[in-house]
Amino acid sequence: MSFLKFIGRNRLTVTFALLGALIFLFVVLPLGKMIFASASDPQTLWKTILDPKVTHAIGLTLFAALIATLVGFLLGVPLAYLLARHDFSGKSFIEGLIDVPIVVPHTAGGIALLFVFGRQFLLGKAFGAIGITFVDSIAGIVIAMLFVSIPFLIDSAKEGFKKVDVRLEKVARTLGASPWQTFFRISFPLAWRSILAGNVLMWARGISEFGAVVILAYHPMIAPVLVYERFETYGLNYARPIAVLLILVSVLVFIILRTIAYRGDKS
Amino acid sequence: MIEVKNLCVDLGEFVLKDMTLDIKGGEYFIILGPSGAGKTVLLESIAGLYPIKSGEIWLRGKDVTGVEPEKRGISIVYQDHVLFPHLSVKDNLLFGLKMHNAKAEEQKNRLDWISELLGISNLLHRRPDTLSGGEKQKVAVGRAIITQPELLLVDEPLSALDPETRESVQQELRKLHKALGITTLHVTHDFEEAIALGNRIAVIGEGRLMQVGTPEEIFRHPNSEFVARFSMTRNIFLGKAEKKSSGDTVFKVDGTEFIIAADTDGTHHASIRPEDILISTEPVRSSARNCFHGTITHVVDKGSTLYMTVSIPPELSCLVTRRSFEEMELREGKKVYVTFKAASIHIFD
Repeated sequence: MSFLKFIGRNRLTVTFALLGALIFLFVVLPLGKMIFASASDPQTLWKTILDPKVTHAIGLTLFAALIATLVGFLLGVPLAYLLARHDFSGKSFIEGLIDVPIVVPHTAGGIALLFVFGRQFLLGKAFGAIGITFVDSIAGIVIAMLFVSIPFLIDSAKEGFKKVDVRLEKVARTLGASPWQTFFRISFPLAWRSILAGNVLMWARGISEFGAVVILAYHPMIAPVLVYERFETYGLNYARPIAVLLILVSVLVFIILRTIAYRGDKS
Repeated sequence: MIEVKNLCVDLGEFVLKDMTLDIKGGEYFIILGPSGAGKTVLLESIAGLYPIKSGEIWLRGKDVTGVEPEKRGISIVYQDHVLFPHLSVKDNLLFGLKMHNAKAEEQKNRLDWISELLGISNLLHRRPDTLSGGEKQKVAVGRAIITQPELLLVDEPLSALDPETRESVQQELRKLHKALGITTLHVTHDFEEAIALGNRIAVIGEGRLMQVGTPEEIFRHPNSEFVARFSMTRNIFLGKAEKKSSGDTVFKVDGTEFIIAADTDGTHHASIRPEDILISTEPVRSSARNCFHGTITHVVDKGSTLYMTVSIPPELSCLVTRRSFEEMELREGKKVYVTFKAASIHIFD
């Protein structure tokens, strides 16, 4: 009776909780089922972990995503700062373009990259001259990941810089700090939390990338491509252990990074 | 010391134009203006933090118009303190010295000096977000003066504080200025703050400089209706001055003739400060030439003092103490006499 009364009084909360539970199950059920199915067959999972092809693919995925994140950090943070601090004509155009990789299908993004970084095209030729090729190479994997994940870093860093009161920078200038000193001692440290969060997102997004990478570099094989290949050639049961491993590694990395990024964030 | 010559600043919605100020070394100079008059931007322009349209800024005989803010030797204190939130109080204070590559020993000496001067030695290891408003303000002032700037800019330092803290920070500022003699440019919208602190006051409004003078000059002789209203002269009238055959000059408004000391004629503004008017229940015998009979139409209780409107007509706003208010049993509708000197009426255009 009192339970019914509770429902009667909180119709909105109850309805929303039911709807929320549905979508939560939708996310958790497939992941959970797969992981538990693998756990009941630890032998196969163990064999997969010991498979050098698998470990190499996972290692390569983490490494390439890390390089993409570092490149994104070096080139993206300055742009984010400019966008946060200056108003100029065409600014919203640039901001819009930066976010385009989020909405284009990633295979299409891969094709577009190929048109610039392919051997016979402009940048492909230029880098080819110094021995870097982007087709079927780690460099190709890195730029594919960079392309699809850079918006996350730029947007997050931009919001971080916007939250830093401009007058903090102004005060620093009057106290004798050059623009560079002001950036490194005031703006950057104060936006660091957002920048780090953007980096975490970017890395996670890089690790999970398949579409753009597969166009530029089927080989060397990153983990998502390996999952796809095993599924195509051997079927569901062969793809599953790798998929489980990949999920576990991604989740672990994500948890560690989130803990670092949000450590001490009490406010 | 510091000269601002024909400064023009574009504020987007309006332009601050033709600002010319000459501030002497060691002076406590107030810029008084209503909110939205561009006071903060004016300070930022002087510090080199806001691009100016035209004009020049000279510091100690040198043109610093094109000099970067970090090389001007001008410090700024903002209204809401703007302390570096990621640094301790100590590191906030030391920031300027570190940027100037001061030696460790000098940093220590100046830190001791400033924290003692401001009474913040016990706060040095705290984070800004744990400080009270008054404490933050002290740290902000300390951070600005530890580098011993040529000029200290202060932006509405008291507005963000509660009345009690206000009073103490105001005294602190006065004390500090007396002790150090730093040339200070302080902007505010509060007339009483201006009177209390300023050696000289510049009133800005409508995008330009309205009047520059000592508090007394601004207070007693506003040169425009804008300044008069701003300086809280509540009685401002537009009327006609006329010379009488008796030799007196009178100011006619609403059919009433005030005897004035100024020797003028034609249409003018006149102002009388509420505290210059004496209220009594009987006519007063004194040297004051203006004495009128009127009715109290309105009373505003301010605690220890009261403002009351007496209609002769025109309506005069008068200030009385609570004591005389109670002794004379004043109330709305009561007939009273208002008395004031001819010299208390200030005539301006």
